[in-house]
Amino acid sequence: MERHEYDVVVIGAGGAGLRAAIEARQQGKRTAIVCKSLFGKAHTVMAEGGAAAAMGNVNPNDNWMVHFRDTMRGGKFLNNWRMAELHAKEAPDRVWELEAWGALFDRTKDGKISQRNFGGHEYPRLAHVGDRTGLEMIRTLQQRVVALQQEDEKLHGDPEAYIKVFAECTITRLLKDGDAIAGAFGYWRETGDFIVFDAPAVVLATGGIGKSFVVTSNSWEYTGDGHALAMLAGANLINMEFIQFHPTGMVWPPSVRGILVTESVRGDGGVLRNSEGRRFMFDYIPDVFKDKYATTEEEADRWYDDQAGNRRPPELLPRDEVARAINSEVKAGRGSPQGGVFLDVSTRLPAAEIIRRLPSMHHQFKELADVDITKEPMQVGPTCHYVMGGVEVDADTGAASVPGLFAAGEVSGGMHGSNRLGGNSLSDLLVFGRRAGAGAAAYVDGLARRPAAAAGLVEEARAEALAPLERTGGENPYEVHHELQRTMNDLVGIIRKAEEISEALQVVEKLKERARHTASSGSRIYNPGWHLAIDLRNMLLVSEAVAKAALLREESRGGHTRDDYPGMSPEWRRKLLRVAVTPDESGVSVEERVQPSMRSDLISLFERGELEKYLTEEELAEYDAAVKES
Amino acid sequence: MGYKAKFRVWRGEGGEGRLEDFTVEVNEGEVVLDVIHRLQATQTPDLAVRWNCKAGKCGSCSMEINGKPRLGCMTRMSTFEEDETITVTPLRTFPVIKDLVTDVSFNYQKAREVPSFTPPADVKPGEYRMQQIDVERSQEFRKCIECYMCQNVCHVIRDHEENKPNFSGPRYLMRIAELDMHPYDVLDRKESAQEDHGLSYCNITKCCTEVCPEHIKITDNALIPMKERVVDRKYDPLVWLGSKIFKRQH
Ligand SMILES: Cc1cc2nc3c(=O)[nH]c(=O)nc-3n(C[C@H](O)[C@H](O)[C@H](O)COP(=O)(O)OP(=O)(O)OC[C@H]3O[C@@H](n4cnc5c(N)ncnc54)[C@H](O)[C@@H]3O)c2cc1C
Ligand code: SF4
Ligand code: SF4
Ligand code: FES
Repeated sequence: MERHEYDVVVIGAGGAGLRAAIEARQQGKRTAIVCKSLFGKAHTVMAEGGAAAAMGNVNPNDNWMVHFRDTMRGGKFLNNWRMAELHAKEAPDRVWELEAWGALFDRTKDGKISQRNFGGHEYPRLAHVGDRTGLEMIRTLQQRVVALQQEDEKLHGDPEAYIKVFAECTITRLLKDGDAIAGAFGYWRETGDFIVFDAPAVVLATGGIGKSFVVTSNSWEYTGDGHALAMLAGANLINMEFIQFHPTGMVWPPSVRGILVTESVRGDGGVLRNSEGRRFMFDYIPDVFKDKYATTEEEADRWYDDQAGNRRPPELLPRDEVARAINSEVKAGRGSPQGGVFLDVSTRLPAAEIIRRLPSMHHQFKELADVDITKEPMQVGPTCHYVMGGVEVDADTGAASVPGLFAAGEVSGGMHGSNRLGGNSLSDLLVFGRRAGAGAAAYVDGLARRPAAAAGLVEEARAEALAPLERTGGENPYEVHHELQRTMNDLVGIIRKAEEISEALQVVEKLKERARHTASSGSRIYNPGWHLAIDLRNMLLVSEAVAKAALLREESRGGHTRDDYPGMSPEWRRKLLRVAVTPDESGVSVEERVQPSMRSDLISLFERGELEKYLTEEELAEYDAAVKES
Repeated sequence: MGYKAKFRVWRGEGGEGRLEDFTVEVNEGEVVLDVIHRLQATQTPDLAVRWNCKAGKCGSCSMEINGKPRLGCMTRMSTFEEDETITVTPLRTFPVIKDLVTDVSFNYQKAREVPSFTPPADVKPGEYRMQQIDVERSQEFRKCIECYMCQNVCHVIRDHEENKPNFSGPRYLMRIAELDMHPYDVLDRKESAQEDHGLSYCNITKCCTEVCPEHIKITDNALIPMKERVVDRKYDPLVWLGSKIFKRQH
């Protein structure tokens, strides 16, 4: 069997994985990057709107404290505040660093990086390139990896001496030596041959879980591999009940249902209307945001030119609010013909300006739906987009509870609390990718000896992976997958209630059984049916984690809306739900943990009036003490 | 609304293969990739195809549809007649791994041969100042989603394996142009485009531009201007021809 030795193995070649790998290599570590797709195709490439960083290029009043506050509000105060703090402070440096590696962001008049408005961000904050920011980011990081390889070629005669990409290679198990990480096991998609990495540190950067839902903006890669790998290695997940349904996915034609329509459409002036022509978002401004959003169309429209004197249009409320509003409009019978609502930019900007600012949206609608967005409105509806939950990590180093295991990007949990603000993911990838790479490098430096994978683990992993190919006459894995997607979509979707979640859990139990009996025909060479059968284990574990946590949390907050518990509860804000795998690996269990209180200098950045909406009396007393002290 | 379409798909691995016929359901609004996925789910679970975004953003799903390089996810079924047989084959310029999946490592090799962005040593991150108009030229080239269809279609390598070592192909010649036009790049790249990357092989047929799903004007905006600058040092008759074509079109 093919076997390699590295200091750090990074699983994932999206923004988080690449930034982590660059950091580990820059700190002198021999680094492998492993990814399921070709190099440069990871999900990050699809990000459109931008990366949030309080550079203050467009509005000089912006700074890390404003960004921190916006992030905590967006997450309804459930965020890991240390992560939100580091993120807000370091995002500008990470964006500038990309520029020094060759990125070409759109510019302001005075030649700085331009910044655009996005939901929940008080000032224009998103560094962007038209509506293809993710492409710019992944290309820049990819090219940075190439630059390091060119350096290594000069120094060592081998471009892959210190950093090597293993593309179209899927990891199915992490290997351990006692309690600590010792490497990873996987297969080459191209040949079906197996591969083992011996390494003391593994960074998970595998992205999200959206492929467990039917209507999603996510690609086939998002089967929750990293979430499952972490749990199977003994680490914990947190916040798994929080899933972001992006308010604006395409609804027609059916085959593209769920594909994203970037929030930039609204940031740049697009408005939402129902079948009666009403800008319905004015009817859905929640109390906690009342002072920050315009109450008339006139004020909202003035805001685009004069942000100091006016409040923001309610179309730019955080995503959970907008998604729920659209859902309600459609349910009330005021939807568009194809089951969404109207998103119109055609009457708001001149055609040339729309094409300049939103070229890929223009292209996407024209090619896929025969709609010219400069002439008519789009039809949009909610789509499963992002998982806030993920591996519980130490904010400063990205370390999980298992020694040698690190996680960054969408697969990690905590940073975004119960709801992520648009643009906060791309910056999260950079800030915490770098920190996880550095964390892994420091961990390796501190080791007295290299761990070695316990005997038998590789053989077990091999047998597990081969099982679907060796069974004959079993069920087609596509059918199991499809039923899981329908179940999660319908029963643990945007609006939830106890009976439905329980029902979903029963279905998942049955699907687990069926997954154990799927069979994949064909050979080991590039066989998608086999790959899907392997991925089912991960999707089922993660779906169970989502459903179990969702059933426990008896309140509505951010990306978790309970029809039977519509309110937000300060008691629940103090609780984190932590998920782990059961000892026999057949399922997951959930336990409650206490959410640590915010550091006093950070909590003092908020007004008491605002905190009263979120905190318990006990926490408010802590706040009063903190303010008195300072 | 739905109908049964006739598909002929190249199947095979390890250098051997054949076209296989399928009859498969098609629904309103679908694209070729949807139909391939339906084949996977219902008839041939091991049919190999690459894809990620399904929205023309990642450049994974390049294939030849009725002989033309296309993104499977952006080719609507409504562009074909219902009784037409649709033939789907892998990109021809690269070795086939299996079915519609080809070995595109040539491109990663070429990417590594282009010297990276080289800014002046004394500009610190955060100090970059560039005007929109000065970054736009390179930004056009950075729209590239690396679908490799221009590489696939360029006749210099499409039927000429022997040219591959000396020719980087339109995608990477364009990358050199992109860096050359970057306001902060300090390397002189023109000479090397010609000498090391085979710019002189290009005779401006514009086939690359025609297939680019991002509508990047590869030839007019990247390759011809490079040739024009190279000519300061070197005589190249095609530059003359190139400028003619350029002018007549505009
Ligand atoms: C359409 C769309 C638009 C978006 N727009 C924005 C935006 O404008 N701004 C913003 O901030 N965020 C945006 N997001 C969210 C953001 O793009 C993602 O959250 C982010 O890119 C995730 O990055 P990542 O590095 O964590 O993972 P990814 O980029 O998804 O990379 C995951 C990597 O892990 C690899 N991998 C997974 N499993 C395995 C395995 N088992 N073995 C080996 N490799 C594996 C994959 O191959 C891939 O390389 C958008 C998301 C979508 C879907
Ligand atoms: S214009 Fe040049 S690079 Fe493009 S296809 Fe023709 S010969 Fe190849
Ligand atoms: S330049 Fe166009 S055709 Fe060539 S790889 Fe890039 S996107 Fe594809
Ligand atoms: S799947 Fe991404 S371009 Fe077709």
